[in-house]
Formats: sequence, structure tokens, C-alpha cells
Amino acid sequence: MTLTGQTSTRKMIYWGSHYLMIAAFVIFALFPLYWLLKVSVTPNDILYTEGVRMWPSRTTWENYAFVLTQSNFPKYFLNSVIVSGTTAIVTTLVAALTGYAFSRFAFRGKVIIVALMLITQMFPLVMLIAPIFKILAPLGLTDSLTGLIIVYTAFNVPFATFLMQSFFDGIPKDLEEAAMIDGNTRFEAFRAIILPLTLPGVAATLGFVFTAAWSELLFALMLVSSESASTFPVGLLSFVSKFSVDFGQMMAAGVLALIPACLFFLLIQRYLVQGLTAGAVKG
Amino acid sequence: MASIQIANARKSYGAVDVLHGIDLNISDGEFIVLVGPSGCGKSTLLRMIAGLEDITSGDISIAGNVVNDLQPKDRDIAMVFQSYALYPHMSVAENMSYALTLRKTAKEKISDAISGVAEILGLTALLERRPKALSGGQRQRVAMGRAIVRKPQAFLFDEPLSNLDARLREQMRTEIRKLHHRLGATSVYVTHDQIEAMTMADRIVAMHDGIIQQVGSPVEIYDKPANIFVASFIGSPAMNFLKGSYEISDDNGAGVRLSDGALVPVLQAQNAQNNQAVTLGSRPEHISIVSDADNGLPAKVELIEPMGLSTLVHVTLAGKPIKIFTMDRPNYPVDSFIHIAFDMAKAHVFDTSSEQRLPPTTEPHSGHKD
Repeated sequence: MTLTGQTSTRKMIYWGSHYLMIAAFVIFALFPLYWLLKVSVTPNDILYTEGVRMWPSRTTWENYAFVLTQSNFPKYFLNSVIVSGTTAIVTTLVAALTGYAFSRFAFRGKVIIVALMLITQMFPLVMLIAPIFKILAPLGLTDSLTGLIIVYTAFNVPFATFLMQSFFDGIPKDLEEAAMIDGNTRFEAFRAIILPLTLPGVAATLGFVFTAAWSELLFALMLVSSESASTFPVGLLSFVSKFSVDFGQMMAAGVLALIPACLFFLLIQRYLVQGLTAGAVKG
Repeated sequence: MASIQIANARKSYGAVDVLHGIDLNISDGEFIVLVGPSGCGKSTLLRMIAGLEDITSGDISIAGNVVNDLQPKDRDIAMVFQSYALYPHMSVAENMSYALTLRKTAKEKISDAISGVAEILGLTALLERRPKALSGGQRQRVAMGRAIVRKPQAFLFDEPLSNLDARLREQMRTEIRKLHHRLGATSVYVTHDQIEAMTMADRIVAMHDGIIQQVGSPVEIYDKPANIFVASFIGSPAMNFLKGSYEISDDNGAGVRLSDGALVPVLQAQNAQNNQAVTLGSRPEHISIVSDADNGLPAKVELIEPMGLSTLVHVTLAGKPIKIFTMDRPNYPVDSFIHIAFDMAKAHVFDTSSEQRLPPTTEPHSGHKD
């Protein structure tokens, strides 16, 4: 009796500290987001006067109203959606096909191609800005969303390819061979059998590339000069003027910018968590 | 259903030759088992018939048509994989109907075919389930069902039972055999398990190092193995081998002189010369324990292994381990000496250098491979 009592107390302490640590980490990770939200609803006049408080004495939607109606933010936002969405889709498409080839075929020069793709990941982006500008300018691709999409896609394809390859590696070769014997060509087998099973991988890749492109600042800043082609990270900077930073509006814009990323992950989380291949072969 | 002809088929990966000229004719409705140790090329040969591997040279024909350059889907064959390879995102019924759907078979025909096959395999209650909700044995059945539903020219099996436990394997072995009787389909079955080969095959194809060693009925392969490899691979417990030299005695008899000087009498072998280096082969059940010292060779007992039905006695003779199969229940103490005698009519003589069997002069010349 005493023994079981002791064990259950120990168990409680064990699980209690377990959850406490998780809670501490979650609070640490989410606090900046909370602060973003808090500042975005704090009226400008009490932002500095109230001192550090967990929640302002008055709240307001003014900052949101201003950002949505008076600033260029909706335009930036739309640009970002176009650029990130297109980049995510194009990159995932290319990465799925390349990753499948890497996973399934042995071909001449495979090692060299893999090595080249790895090398592209080694350079700091800052080094590459000047040459990329030099290449894009004569093609009329600077100051354009198309240019940004091309650059983002090029930079994300290698990593996305390796990501997709690892997902294809996890699916047994027997499955498409069975499909090919059942009457599919290799491409049909890929589309009808392998792709549905790789949906978690596709979702992960889409999500990864989308967020990478969504928050990219360096190229967006350097390659685009006009307001009409700016993406929102560049737009956020416009709230910083020479003499002051408009924190309230900046934070409101930041909260709005979080929405698509959140929605996106909400849509794909089902596939991220779910392992679809269970039961395909002997487990 | 159809016959399959393989003519001088070779397979190389770069400089590595995996199959060195395979010739094999499989008749319509025959159940052929390709057996051999891992890496002998049996699975590669099966995958070449299926069209999953290219043929480096030679020809494979199904129903008289050369299929070398046909895609797997155009060969009209069905295959059962070791891993079952069920489509995990489809139900059992969808798995089984996939091939028929691709062939644009009418819906009523598909559902008739599926319910028929599900009935045979006892899958009727499981048709709506996904593969992950099935046990290993059930998955195996679905994989079989998927193959049967199509009524293909030929069935290919790639070690389909090796993921099952011993009891289930035995059961499925019988079921596959019964199905074959019922459907009469040409089947090529790959396994490394010699018991599967013995029990299931119409003819066994024993392979080693990318070469067919022998083709024959299970009994033929067991009783008249073409060489030391086949003799040692087929049969469990395995055949005993003792090196020695061939001696012809004055009275037209013959024997094998072992390294310790003992002479084991054997039937006179074809083409064997006096003093030729030979290997004596004898299956454990063809050695008996005798009480009479005059008729037996002294052997030291190393281990008594009871196997339920029978007992396996491990002894040492001429410094070599020998296994003896007996239906008695011997209880010799370890390290004691017993006398053993070889069944002269059933002992095999192999040429030591070529490893080929030297059949007794009383046996008609066979020598031809398929």
C-alpha cells in the first residue's frame, strides 16, 4: 500500500515536471508572438507611458484599420501570397520529380548532380546578390514578382529535393512494381500509387518552401525597388522611418502576415501528422 | 495460361555477370520452383520474366511471343511479392480490382470476379478493410487474390511465404498448391527454402552463381543430384560428404577409401578410374547404426539431437562430422564409439575436382538438362 502510494507520488512528480518543462518551453517560444499581439492592440498614446505591462489598460483596432486602409500593406500582402504560393507549388513539383528520380533510378552523373546541388547550399546568400542582379537585370526580371519567384525556386529546389527523396525512399519499390505489373506505366504508377502515399512529404515540402519564401527579406529588398512589386517583409520595413518607428502599425501588419502561414499549416497538418504507408508491406 | 521459354538469357550489371546464359522451358500449367541460396540469381531471373529487369542478352517468350522489350503491363503476368506490396491507401476490394479497373473491365464483371476470388481465399468479410487492418496471413491472401482475379497468362511468386511464421507458411504452402491444381496456371515460384521447393514443385530448378545446376522433379533432384551443390542444398538435414579415393576391387566391386584407411563399399560408378579423387555423399537416412563391428565403421558420438519424430545422431568418422537419421531412440553416451554402415545402393560418388556426380553403372545415362 505504502509502496504503491510512493510509486504514484513519484509518477506524479515525474509527469508534473515533464509537463512543466514543456509548458516553460512553449511559453518561451510563444512569448514574442504574444507581445506582437499585445503591442498591435495598444493605443499609440499609452504605448510608452504605461511602462511594461502584460496587457494595456485600453485596447484599440486603430492600428489594424490604418494598416488595412491607409497603407500599401494589402498590396504587399497580395504580392507575398502570389510569390510564396507560386514558389511553393513550382518548387514542390520540381522537387517531387527530381526526388523520385534520385530515389528510384541509378543514372550516369547522379553523384555529380547531387554534389552540385549540395554546393549551391553552401554559399551565404549575400555573396550571390550582385551576380544574380547582374543576370536578372538584362532579362527584365528585376523589380518583378516573376524574378523573385525564379530566384526563390532556384534556392529552395535542392533542399526540397532531398526532403522529397527521403519520403520516396520510405516507400517500398515493390509498390510501383506491383502497379506496373497490374497495368500502369511507371509514370501512372507514380501518380496513382506513389504520390498519394507521399502526401505527407508533399505537405511538408509545400509548408517548408512557403514559409521560407514568405519571410524572405534579403532578395526581396535588393531585387525589387518599386512599391508595387514589394513583398510584405519589405513593407514591414516601411514602418521604420528615419526619425521614428511606428510600432503599433508594424505589429498589426505582423499579426496580419501571420494569418496565411497559420492557415496554410492548418490545411496541411493532417498530412504532416498522418503516416499513410502503414500496412503497405510487412511492418 | 501459357508456356514460358527462356533461351540463353543473360544479365549483367556493368562488368558483373549475374546470370550466365539461362535456358529453361516451362510448360503450360506447370509449377516451377527456382531454388538456390541468396545471390544465386533466382529473383533476378523472375524479375526478368516479369519485365522489371532488362535482359542483357537472350530471349524470353511467353505463349510463344518474345517479350524482351515489352513493359511489365503488356506481358499479362501477375506477381506476388515477398512484401505483399498491397496499395495501403486502397481497400482490399480496390487492391484486388486495380488491374481490372485499369483494363476497363465492366463494373459487374469486376465485382463478380472479386466476390468469387474472395470466396475461395476466405476474404469476403475483409473486402472493405485497408491493408493495415489485416494480419500478415490475410495480407498474403489479398496479394494472392490480386494476382488470381486477373486470370493472367502466368503467376510469378517472389518468396511469398518468407514473412510468415512457420505454421502459417505450412498452411499457405498447401493452399497455393491446391489453388494451382484448381486454376492450372503456369507458375514460377522463387524460394530459398528447399522444403517449399520439394513440396510444391512439379519441377525444381536449382540455381547457384547465376547458373542452372539441375532441373528435375523433386524426387529426381533428391535421389539423383547432379553435383555436390545440389546434393548439399536440397535435403534437411543435409547430405554428409567424405573425401577419399575410388577403388575398384578384384571381384568387380567398388569402394571409396577414406582418409583414415577405411573402405566404404559403393556401386561401381560410370567413368570412375581407380584411385580417382572422389567425394562420398550419403544422406543421413542412408546411414545405419549397426551392432556388428565387422560390418560397420567405428564412429565417435558427438551429440544426440532428438527431433520428436526421429533422432539425429552426430558422430565423427575419419575426422569429419557425420549426421545419422534414425527412427529409434538411441541413448549413446557422448564420446562413446558406435559402428555405422552406409547403404551401398544409395551412396553417391562425386568427382572431387569437377564436383559432378558419377552415377552408378546400373543407372541409365540421363545427363541431359532441360
